[in-house]
Amino acid sequence: MRLPKSLILGAAITAIMVGAAVLSRVWTPADPTAMNIVARLQAPDAAHWFGTDPIGRDVLSIIMAGAWTSLGIAMLATAIGGAAGTLLGVTAAARGGRAERLVMGFNGVLFAFPPILSAILLGALMGPGAVTAITAIGVFMVPVFARISRAAAIQIWARDYISAARMAGKNDIRITAEHVLPNILPQIIVQLAIQTGLAILSEAGLSFLGMGVSPPTPSWGRMLSESQTYLAAAPHLVLAPGLAIAVTVLGLNLLGDGLRDLTDPRRGQAG
Amino acid sequence: MTPSPSRIRRLAGAALMLLVTSLVIFLLIEAAPGDPAEIMLGTSAQADTLAALRDQLGLDRPLMVRYLAWLGGVVTGNMGQSYTYGVPVAGLIAERMLVTLPLTLMATLLAVGVSVPLGVMAAARQGRAGDGLATVFAQMGIAVPNFWIGLLLILVFALKLGWFPVGGFPGWGDAGWGDAGWGAISALILPAVALAIPQAAVLTRVTRAAVLDVAAEDFIRTARAKGLSRHRALWRHTVPNALLPVVTMLGLQIPFLISGAVLVENVFSLPGIGTLAYQALSQRDLIVVQNVVLLFAAIVLAVNAGTDALYARLDPRLKARQ
Amino acid sequence: MLSIRNLRVTFGERPALNGIDLSLARGRTLGVVGESGSGKSVMALAVMGLLPRTARATGRIGFDGRDILTMPERDLCALRGNRIGMIFQEPMTALNPAMRIGAQIAEGLILHQGLSRRDARAKVMHLLDMVRIPRAAERIDSFPHELSGGQRQRVGIAIALALTPDLLIADEPTTALDVTVQAQILDILDDLVAELGIALMLISHDLGVIARIADDTLVLYRGTLIEQGPTERVLRRPGHDYTRTLLDALPPRVRATLRDAP
Repeated sequence: MRLPKSLILGAAITAIMVGAAVLSRVWTPADPTAMNIVARLQAPDAAHWFGTDPIGRDVLSIIMAGAWTSLGIAMLATAIGGAAGTLLGVTAAARGGRAERLVMGFNGVLFAFPPILSAILLGALMGPGAVTAITAIGVFMVPVFARISRAAAIQIWARDYISAARMAGKNDIRITAEHVLPNILPQIIVQLAIQTGLAILSEAGLSFLGMGVSPPTPSWGRMLSESQTYLAAAPHLVLAPGLAIAVTVLGLNLLGDGLRDLTDPRRGQAG
Repeated sequence: MTPSPSRIRRLAGAALMLLVTSLVIFLLIEAAPGDPAEIMLGTSAQADTLAALRDQLGLDRPLMVRYLAWLGGVVTGNMGQSYTYGVPVAGLIAERMLVTLPLTLMATLLAVGVSVPLGVMAAARQGRAGDGLATVFAQMGIAVPNFWIGLLLILVFALKLGWFPVGGFPGWGDAGWGDAGWGAISALILPAVALAIPQAAVLTRVTRAAVLDVAAEDFIRTARAKGLSRHRALWRHTVPNALLPVVTMLGLQIPFLISGAVLVENVFSLPGIGTLAYQALSQRDLIVVQNVVLLFAAIVLAVNAGTDALYARLDPRLKARQ
Repeated sequence: MLSIRNLRVTFGERPALNGIDLSLARGRTLGVVGESGSGKSVMALAVMGLLPRTARATGRIGFDGRDILTMPERDLCALRGNRIGMIFQEPMTALNPAMRIGAQIAEGLILHQGLSRRDARAKVMHLLDMVRIPRAAERIDSFPHELSGGQRQRVGIAIALALTPDLLIADEPTTALDVTVQAQILDILDDLVAELGIALMLISHDLGVIARIADDTLVLYRGTLIEQGPTERVLRRPGHDYTRTLLDALPPRVRATLRDAP
């Protein structure tokens, strides 16, 4: 079988970014926290591939360490929100009627809280930090996954083999676990990839506004925020974290598209 | 025409969701640490002055009473006084809206104006160079954070070329559409572009997919059999029918548009609602946070309800299915 | 008026039509019969010049002395709807769901004859009467979903006949309809063709439909022309086993009516 080009490219990019994030736990080209005022704001060269920042730290090392933060928060938020949303979605599809309306209403309410709004609210409650960021991003994932999994599960419930399973006396929970979940899994996995990309963008936005992880934990969004002052003097400080975000999100999107092409030959709807 | 039962039910559902949303916001803000009276008067205030202010603000009343009083205030336009600015919150929001509303409107118009023709063009040239370029634009635009685009635009068009201001907002002035008007608009152009690019990317992708879907429908063949050229059938029959998913996506994008506005206003130092919310949070002006978040959430809910209604209007078949 | 010589159509390696020859004169009705996948619809699309881009066609489709296969797109557009009309199988999907039926019928009139909106509307009213849509004045501003399947197919006929084409191609025009409605639609088609002196190519998998109104019949099997001739001869004395199979597949009562036909 020939793999879609987007799948190969997306998987490669994602693997590199995840690899860099994991590698940063044990090794970076330089210590991402080591200041060196003499070598501050240096343009990229052989010693510092991405240059140095206002206090002389190696930008490439901070980017690698930041990958751990960004990917970690994005993946955790997506996993938690995705699991909760999927659970809600399949429950709505299995129960129908009142439960379904309730879930959809709940979805509507959650959907009114994009990550930045949740973060502003939660920030008022418990201050900025990784937990605030993960919660704020995760909350918005719930309605997204609930909507997709409900729609997918409803289609499965209409199939003949579900009727057969019902005749055999299996209850809703068993049918959902044995037939519905395995069949909607491919769609959920596609969404996990794409939504992780969106979560990276959200995390970067929150960090940019100072609502993400606190210093000294490195983060791409905060790097961009700090780069604003040196926009004219050191454009590499703007370019490096932005490219890191864009490439990571692009990789995850391509991965998601590729997986969709692989699992759904009819080509699913965009979005 | 009397509203149909389904429409009434949907309206009631939207109202209920708004109510729940307001309660969630209220409770979260209530749970947040910080005594408004103390924030207003400072930590050195006398105990009896604080008590008097609390009494005046009605902070000693029961939770539910305060919630209902807040809701009543929102409806009548009296949202209370900002703790830090000392002016009515409603006035503050209205003033900041004069920046955020034009900004988001310009961005949306720009995004739709670029993405619909681009998506249609890509679909009409499926598999050819133009299609490839549009697809690359869509993939890139979705992946790039809008505040980063903002920074790059500042770098190139403000710092290097000097065509636009680096940031800030001169205000609309009293002159209306004189120099002040132009100054205000030119201050919004770069932020609007930054906000529009990711939106345009998403919409391009949806438009392209929708046009391809509709182009395969039987009625397009009917149109061609009437003697309509490919071009004419595309614009008269395919595109109008392909706009439905585009409108839906536009509605679904509102949360991202609002998030984007908060970020982009921050990058360009625009005194909009997003900046207001962000600053209010850092100054613990919670009454402003509470009202602004409710406003944004209400906009999302209203737009979604509106999109559903518009969808029903655009697609006559939906009315029949109800 | 229409004369097809050695028409071959292939999709990639897969042949869809292997050398079709036929001719059709004004005022005559040609029935094209065959099972699904026999190439009937490909033939209709070829005559309309609307084959998908993936198709390769050779041979000649002569229409009034010009070859449709080599005609530039601009000339084809002038021909379609104006000189050649087409009715499609699925009345449910063949009409634009977001456009009022009056506007859909008027479109061809405005395009080809340059009629004003008002004149076109008057003509549309006349056409709706012609295809026997009751209360045309109310229906003209309806959307397709507000009409029944039979009424939609009448709209389809009105679209195809709006400019009184010389050739009308009807691809399974009654297949998606109820039996009683089928008969009405066929009657309308038969009457209009006679009245307006139009050449009709009627495509169907249903020999009953063909027998009802076709003067001549052509049998297609997997893209190959099996036999053709006057309908009565083909049905009463089929010259080919496949035709006989088709006949045998008809319900006995329908077969009886065929035998009784004059």
